Amino acid sequence: MEHKDYKSVGKAYRKKDSMQLLLGKPVYVDDITPDNALVVKILRSPHANAIVKNINTDIAKKIPGIVDIYTWEDVPKNRFAIAGQTYPEPSPYDRLILDRHVRFAGDAVAIIAAEEEKAALKALKLIKVEYEVLEPVLDFRTAKDNTVLVHPEDDWFAPCAVGGDPKRNLVASDTDVHGDIDAVMNDCDIVLERTYHTKAYQQAMMETFRTYTSLDRYGRLHVISSSQIVFHVRRILSHALNIPKSRIRVEKPRIGGGFGAKQTAVCEMYPAFVTLKTGRPAKIIYTREESQIAASPRHEMEITVKLGANNDGTIRALDLYTLSNSGAYGEHGPTTVGLSGHKSIPLYTGNLEAHRFSYDVVYTNHQAAGAYRGYGATQGIFAVESIVNELSEKLGMDPTAIRDKNMVREGMVMDAYYGEKANACALDKCMEHCKKIFDWDKKYPVRDMGNGKVRSAGVAMAMQGSSISNVDVGSAMIKLGENGTYNLTIGAADMGTGCDTILAQMAAECMECSLDDVSVFGADTDVSPYDSGSYASSTTYLTGKAVEMACDDLKKQICTIGAEMMDCDTEDVVFEGNKVSTADGKKSVSITDIAYKTQVNSKYTGIGVASHTSPVSPPPFMVGMVEIELDKYTGKVDIIDYMAVVDCGIPVNPALARIQAEGGIVQGIGHTLMENVTYNAEGKPIESSFMQYKIPTRLDMGSLKVEFENSYEPTGPFGAKSIGEIVINTPGPAIAHAIYRATGKWYRELPITPEKIAMDLIKDM
Amino acid sequence: MEIQITLNNRTIKSNIEPDCLLIDWVREHGCYSVKRGCETSNCGLCTVLLDGKPVLSCSMLAVRANGHNVQTLEGLQEEAKDFVEFIADQGADQCGFCNPGFVMNTISLLRENPNPTDDEIRAYLSGNLCRCSGYEGQLRGIRNYLNSKNK
Ligand code: FES
Ligand code: FES
Repeated sequence: MEHKDYKSVGKAYRKKDSMQLLLGKPVYVDDITPDNALVVKILRSPHANAIVKNINTDIAKKIPGIVDIYTWEDVPKNRFAIAGQTYPEPSPYDRLILDRHVRFAGDAVAIIAAEEEKAALKALKLIKVEYEVLEPVLDFRTAKDNTVLVHPEDDWFAPCAVGGDPKRNLVASDTDVHGDIDAVMNDCDIVLERTYHTKAYQQAMMETFRTYTSLDRYGRLHVISSSQIVFHVRRILSHALNIPKSRIRVEKPRIGGGFGAKQTAVCEMYPAFVTLKTGRPAKIIYTREESQIAASPRHEMEITVKLGANNDGTIRALDLYTLSNSGAYGEHGPTTVGLSGHKSIPLYTGNLEAHRFSYDVVYTNHQAAGAYRGYGATQGIFAVESIVNELSEKLGMDPTAIRDKNMVREGMVMDAYYGEKANACALDKCMEHCKKIFDWDKKYPVRDMGNGKVRSAGVAMAMQGSSISNVDVGSAMIKLGENGTYNLTIGAADMGTGCDTILAQMAAECMECSLDDVSVFGADTDVSPYDSGSYASSTTYLTGKAVEMACDDLKKQICTIGAEMMDCDTEDVVFEGNKVSTADGKKSVSITDIAYKTQVNSKYTGIGVASHTSPVSPPPFMVGMVEIELDKYTGKVDIIDYMAVVDCGIPVNPALARIQAEGGIVQGIGHTLMENVTYNAEGKPIESSFMQYKIPTRLDMGSLKVEFENSYEPTGPFGAKSIGEIVINTPGPAIAHAIYRATGKWYRELPITPEKIAMDLIKDM
Repeated sequence: MEIQITLNNRTIKSNIEPDCLLIDWVREHGCYSVKRGCETSNCGLCTVLLDGKPVLSCSMLAVRANGHNVQTLEGLQEEAKDFVEFIADQGADQCGFCNPGFVMNTISLLRENPNPTDDEIRAYLSGNLCRCSGYEGQLRGIRNYLNSKNK
């Protein structure tokens, strides 16, 4: 689709905060909040499932420096959810700040408030707890209808009907069918059925969870938190603490990474409770261990896919059943699972005659899961893309050809994607482009390098969404300053992604000014217009559109003021960036003069505001190809090259879009080859530090190349769709495919470690 | 106990607990660029220079720096400035939390080896984790910086 050339949009500007970040300026929670706040520490359960029979804090409280210690008896008794979602949340209200029933090894038992850390750490050891240890549910395959209930309590409450039933350990359950799936399946030449298993990866953002709270000069609770969702945090705290939302203000400074982890209010309630109790500032900084064992990792999923095709490679039917492990609490459980089907099946809209997607989300006594970049789509795409690779290998067809034959193309209606039409889709071009830069035809054949080393290649496609349709709200407020510059205020959260900058680029485009003339502020519940927050790939697409609309609003006002100053009708003037002129070009007033006019004898605010929501969630698309070298003696897999081509509509800032893609690919490589979350027989987590939980270093990712194929999304700002999440979805299936090519074995459970490969290959030797 | 450390050219006498870690000591003295990412010497975020050599301040007692020279990014702003612009041009600063440790170690690399190959860069910086950028943009930035200098 044709579109005009942009001045600011589409340019690789530096991030507005680049120099502050690169030169190490104090911009994060722990840098900007006072050191003399009370130190908050959490005593955590060593048991996966237990009742606190007795808890004695008397001795611990005698330690000099201990201000107070709180237990389940001290906290409000109403249940709430800590998932950052639009109200009423699809996640069940199944939490208390401290519960007598602890449901995973790491669950909170007591809150300690101390003058200094040492005292708090000492107190952790001196609190005496007597537990009644219960049998835990540790295998999510046996959780449904297990006699052991993770949530036996009667005050469990689901604000939305999502098919949950705590008496069956069910968080959610549903089925979606389109067409006569069984009849089509029966009519297919070939039917494959396979089961895939992905794990509960940690986001492992470098800045752990952390929050500072104090009472402000009006006695309101002021929360400064490393959060993607300031407005949701305000509501969650109000529910948790039983205080009105009007008494709470939440803001976020710079965030040291989130990737969805900070879309859950993991730690905010603890210091907030301490501040309300003591009236004093309080701060909690999670250790890396806490961020590994009591955080909000990905939902572990086991996905059984049935695929029906003809011998010529026509994919006619897909049937998915997803079992998702929500862990001890239900945060994001009912929603993540949906993406495992709705954002995988539509990739094959081409010839699909029928599909079915059903799921169960279960409680277990594992650490509660949450939101992680990809949000269920990653798990579903691992399954669907893997089975399509299995099909092509079985039929002896080139896997890129089988995709060309079946993939969704522009203009198609995607039945498995809520009947949405693919208005902007360059997936076919991504495939062609990626094949070319990767040199697919040369690299796809397996090459024996000698010394037991083999080179091979794999491929996968991916999609995601752009915001949650009919739910998410993006907002922006833009204010004219007296020297003709602008302040853009948003409620979305830049967590390193660069959204402050790309939104400013859009504002500069609209206001026909330079990027330097737009200052950005976000996010603060007292100041920002309401925005759902930065998640669900919504910020560029939704908040971006809101920026465009807010600018239109302001431009109208500027023209009205200009017209009044020139004594003519608003219809007779035009906005020209640094001035407003009459249509005939004879008269004009500068933007500076108009700005000053708003400050004298004025009835105009000089502020444009807009909120936006979308009835659709246009998917970005992507193709990823990997070349590996596999050592048949040790099972070690080296990534040689990872190349990807992304269709995110029009990239607003190509440099930042590329880094998003590269960062997502490397996370995906980690999940596929090394990252794992495991528990011992009693349900204690093993990978409690970066000693055991290995994320990729720069020696583990080969070399990356990311390019773009643009489409133009008519409902997005300047043709843009999202980029942040989709980028994590291709490495799993592409690498598993390459490993099959090298070894002849399909690995359907992640991660695929050297041990697994070597132990299998030894049998063949 | 009493120690004396020269921090970014300023000599500071201070009374510390014997178990005080160097990272906490430098942050207490206003060097907020020094970040803690892991506590277990795995991430490199806490890198400072001790007598010019990079060390992990999370895994070193402050008392071991007694009588020595400690530099953090606060003290190397000028040296960092030229080079980090190239990282900014790639957009590879991202969340920024890992940046100070990465910048400190890169400074140290370039002092030791002013013209490193890509593999030497990867090897030297392999202890600096970054969860956001995917590393490739950091490499491109360093490469562009070196190219601009060698012009
Ligand atoms: S905090 Fe020192 S290496 Fe991670
Ligand atoms: S930029 Fe976020 S960890 Fe490196």
